[in-house]
Amino acid sequence: MTDFPWLTTLLLIPAIGGAGVALLPKGFERVREVALGISLLTLVVGILTAFQFELGGGGDSQFQLTEVYSWIPQFGVSYALGIDGISLTMILLSVVLVPICLLAAWEDVPLGHARRQHGYFALMLILEAFMIGVFAATDVFMFYVFFEAMLIPVYFLIGSFGGPGRAKAATTFLLYSLLGGLIMLVAVIGVYFQGPGGADGFLIENLTGLEISTWIERALFVGFFIAFAIKAPMWPVHTWLPHAASEARPATSVLLVGVLDKVGTFGMIRFCLQMFPDASRWATPVVMVFAVLSILIGAALAIGQRDMMRLIAYTSISHFGFIVLGIFAVTTVSQTGSTLYMVNHGFTTAALFLIGAMLVQRRGSQDIFDFGGWQRVTPLVAGSLLVAGLSGLALPGLNSFVSEFMVIIGTYQNYPVYAVVGTMGVILAALYILLMYQKIATGPKPQEWSATPDMSLREKFVVAPLIAAFLVLGFYPKPVLDVLEPAVDTTLQYVGVSGSGSDEASAPDDASDTTEGSDD
Amino acid sequence: MIALPLLGAAILLVGGKATDTFGPMMAVALSWASFAIGLGVIIQLAGMPGEDRALSVPLWDWISAGELSLSAGLLLDPLSLTFVMLITFVGSLIHVYSLGYMEHDPDKRRFFAYLNLFIAAMLILVLADSYLLLFVGWEGVGLASYLLIGFWNHNPEFASAANKAFIVNRIGDVGLITAMAVLFANLGALDFSTVHGEAETLGQGTLLAVGLLLLLGACGKSAQFPLQSWLGDAMAGPTPVSALIHAATMVTAGVYLVARSQAIYDLTPDARLGVVIVGTITLVYGAIVGCAKDDLKKALAASTMSQIGYMMLAVGLGPLGYLYAIFHLVTHGFFKAGMFLGAGSVMHGMNDQVNMRGFGNLSAKMKTTWITFGAGVVAIIGVPFTSGWYSKDFIIETAFIDQGEGAWRPWVFGGAALLAAGVTAFYMVRLFLMTFHGKARWADDVDPHESPLTMTVPMIILAVGSIALGALLYPTGILSGWLDPVFGHEEHPEPVIPVIVIQVLAFILLLLGAGLAYLMYQRKDVPKTAPEGTFVTQAARRDLFQDDFNEIFLRKPGQGIVDITSAADRDVVDGGLVAKTAGAVSALSSALRKTQTGFARSYAMTMLIGTAVIVLAVLVMQ
Repeated sequence: MTDFPWLTTLLLIPAIGGAGVALLPKGFERVREVALGISLLTLVVGILTAFQFELGGGGDSQFQLTEVYSWIPQFGVSYALGIDGISLTMILLSVVLVPICLLAAWEDVPLGHARRQHGYFALMLILEAFMIGVFAATDVFMFYVFFEAMLIPVYFLIGSFGGPGRAKAATTFLLYSLLGGLIMLVAVIGVYFQGPGGADGFLIENLTGLEISTWIERALFVGFFIAFAIKAPMWPVHTWLPHAASEARPATSVLLVGVLDKVGTFGMIRFCLQMFPDASRWATPVVMVFAVLSILIGAALAIGQRDMMRLIAYTSISHFGFIVLGIFAVTTVSQTGSTLYMVNHGFTTAALFLIGAMLVQRRGSQDIFDFGGWQRVTPLVAGSLLVAGLSGLALPGLNSFVSEFMVIIGTYQNYPVYAVVGTMGVILAALYILLMYQKIATGPKPQEWSATPDMSLREKFVVAPLIAAFLVLGFYPKPVLDVLEPAVDTTLQYVGVSGSGSDEASAPDDASDTTEGSDD
Repeated sequence: MIALPLLGAAILLVGGKATDTFGPMMAVALSWASFAIGLGVIIQLAGMPGEDRALSVPLWDWISAGELSLSAGLLLDPLSLTFVMLITFVGSLIHVYSLGYMEHDPDKRRFFAYLNLFIAAMLILVLADSYLLLFVGWEGVGLASYLLIGFWNHNPEFASAANKAFIVNRIGDVGLITAMAVLFANLGALDFSTVHGEAETLGQGTLLAVGLLLLLGACGKSAQFPLQSWLGDAMAGPTPVSALIHAATMVTAGVYLVARSQAIYDLTPDARLGVVIVGTITLVYGAIVGCAKDDLKKALAASTMSQIGYMMLAVGLGPLGYLYAIFHLVTHGFFKAGMFLGAGSVMHGMNDQVNMRGFGNLSAKMKTTWITFGAGVVAIIGVPFTSGWYSKDFIIETAFIDQGEGAWRPWVFGGAALLAAGVTAFYMVRLFLMTFHGKARWADDVDPHESPLTMTVPMIILAVGSIALGALLYPTGILSGWLDPVFGHEEHPEPVIPVIVIQVLAFILLLLGAGLAYLMYQRKDVPKTAPEGTFVTQAARRDLFQDDFNEIFLRKPGQGIVDITSAADRDVVDGGLVAKTAGAVSALSSALRKTQTGFARSYAMTMLIGTAVIVLAVLVMQ
């Protein structure tokens, strides 16, 4: 079965399924069931794909399950798919989250309004296809195509189905992303000219380990990095996210923040570090500073928010700071921690957005000051929100703790100062989560809402898998770590670190030496 | 042992209303079962020779990546098992007590779920074989504490108290996390055996850093200066919680942490000095604050701080002090839990009042509570041959020993410990007299009554322990025989003043303190409203301005930073930058609109140019 095109199949199921959903007849009433079925089928195929993946397999190649076909040979573009441990886990995260989101979005768009329900669910499936594609692409140009293509369904999901301020939010999102995309396009073309060229000149493997003159490499690095930093998003190019998150439907926010934004951090590992190792080392101090600033400022902004969805969006900016910190600290521990964090954050944010939305939908307001005492109105929803929040503040025993801890101690090996300053985010996380919970759930029971129903069966099916994921990844993250670590080690080899941190305590000095050397 | 209460918590939380009927009883049973298992292990280990008295139970491979390989495992040695006994025995008694105390609470099930969760987390904390797993329990008890302080969070103040406890603890946790980062960076491991075995290879600076960072963690959890502010507010929780978590067990976790890390502290006298200073400041601080509080539970909380200060002082004294710290920790667990349960019993009979100025002469109405509380008071003030006398006097004597690190130390630390013992006698007797003696000052609509048996029996058991446990454990050599394999046996040099003099002085101070309290609160009537008092009294009532300090120097600036960042984000980053971009884009699109002339020839021209560019590009590429 090794020749079976697993990844293409995985990509095509939601793509064709999404188109199919859009084309269902107008009077058809089971649009949602069909869409959910397609996403579950994708999930099953995704799991089967994971079983094809061999730990430590792949031989000399970085990727497994590869499929390479010539696409536009004149431009050196190939249709090339393949996965390593990092992309596999990100794809699995996507295919797990999409059915949950569809279930959570069940009541978002009523049937009968000019096929709007068709469009809504079709867009989410198509977005899933693009997400799988962007993580599986092993051709830089193809990655870029997916990277930009993802914007289309998200733009419509926000712009057509979002809240009252959706138009501005969608435009801000699109402008930011296009700006990043354009800069990246320049860099994508630029890196091609540094490579061997030819019909498969855009393949990542042909663009890794190039000899590029210092300043060109740095320019290309910056081109990619800005696009990814906007995507991730890092402070100060983050402001599209709170707008988008507060206006988008919660299910859209989950896919946007939980998966799409990971393309940013994924890209930093796959492209910035792998293709431009020297430039990465040169930029590390600046990136680290911005990562720490993201952690602290994101958290401070979260504390200052009244809008629940914006608050959750800002917590993500803080968490992305941790992820970037771990990536650029280039130790096995920190980077494995970061990649695990990418998975964990997907689940945590999904839970926060979706459970928060359950409250918003019941109360009819996103302002946390409009709540109070809801622990006594809807105990299950409020309790789940607390569990999700505890995962967000990285309580040991839940998923985020493992990854946050790995990032902190791994970063400390090379960059103790950044690690210690970043650790202050731990205190701030307790503040933003607990203050939010206090305003929403504690206080006297609001009598006027006392008849509000607690969690429905459908909502339980939304929450249960997420909390199960918290516990499994909190207590037994080993299977995921085993998948991630070899991929991280490969990346670290490209960067030129052996991966053992404590011996590299002088890495920053080495890095500056190297760059000076290559200047000559 | 851990799994049972954890299971209980899970069943009660997930099972929902279905478990309302049998839930609380099940929680109690599981807690006792946990105790039984612990006792079984102790009996098994006690039969072994000292050096074999430790069981390692590897559980599973937890986190591994690169050189980081952490497995979850348990370590059952005399130190951890001593805690297991304290936690499960006192914990189970308090479970029983809660059956009576919480009988009429509609959320009883949730309460017992949290109690079970706490027992499980506390057991993880003491049984962990690595700093990381210890940290899981550490934050787990913090969570249970947060949930239980805020149990009645329909009162916004109580919800704030819960938040405060968690957040102040998080500051300490940062210390612990950073300590782990330092250890990992230097030793590549976090399990106790490796870290403690290789601690000698660390440099002095590293050891000092680790020692102080661990101390920061200990300060948070054990409410030691400067992170003590949360404990007073934590009294918002139901009283059994105050007894179990905020007196007997969780708050002593900091002492456990330092005692467990003895291999590190033994190598770094400077960090140990830090521990001693923190302990001394807190023991004095708590004693002073305790004198001025009129709220029964807050006075007890101040006393807890002070007593834990004694334990901290003792562990800071190094090998000479470990045994006594743990000894005091155990006896304190009994007498302080007993007194808190007594306080709960008083509140139960007095419509949940806590202001002692509204009490008085309760000895007539609540005989059992009066006697059991009295036993606790006698123990804590150190009346000879009670539990507290054994454990506290040893700490004071040890503090007077000159360990050759500066002649001023025994005088300062020993002197403070000795004087504070006198203050302890004053505030405890004051508290006792105000509550149980003097004229009745309660309102007419209150009908004080004795509590049911589920509450009084645990109080009686703890009272017996308060009196007799010390004599049972120490002079018989049981405790030292049991713990020596962990701490090693140290011969104690003579203190700077003879032991007998210290004992006599302590006794005289006890009489002075108690006598003064008698004169002030028994011979004179206690006014129902507090007199204004001197500046010192006012300061002590306000916890020596700690909250004002936090408000002015931490919360206000913090709020300011949040406000400024939020405003900057809105107006500068988002408003300025993005609004300008958006403006530029709309200008650009107006410009582009002009190209949409509607003339077919200009469209054709554009297409031609475009095609030419593509063709050119293809040619260039090839």
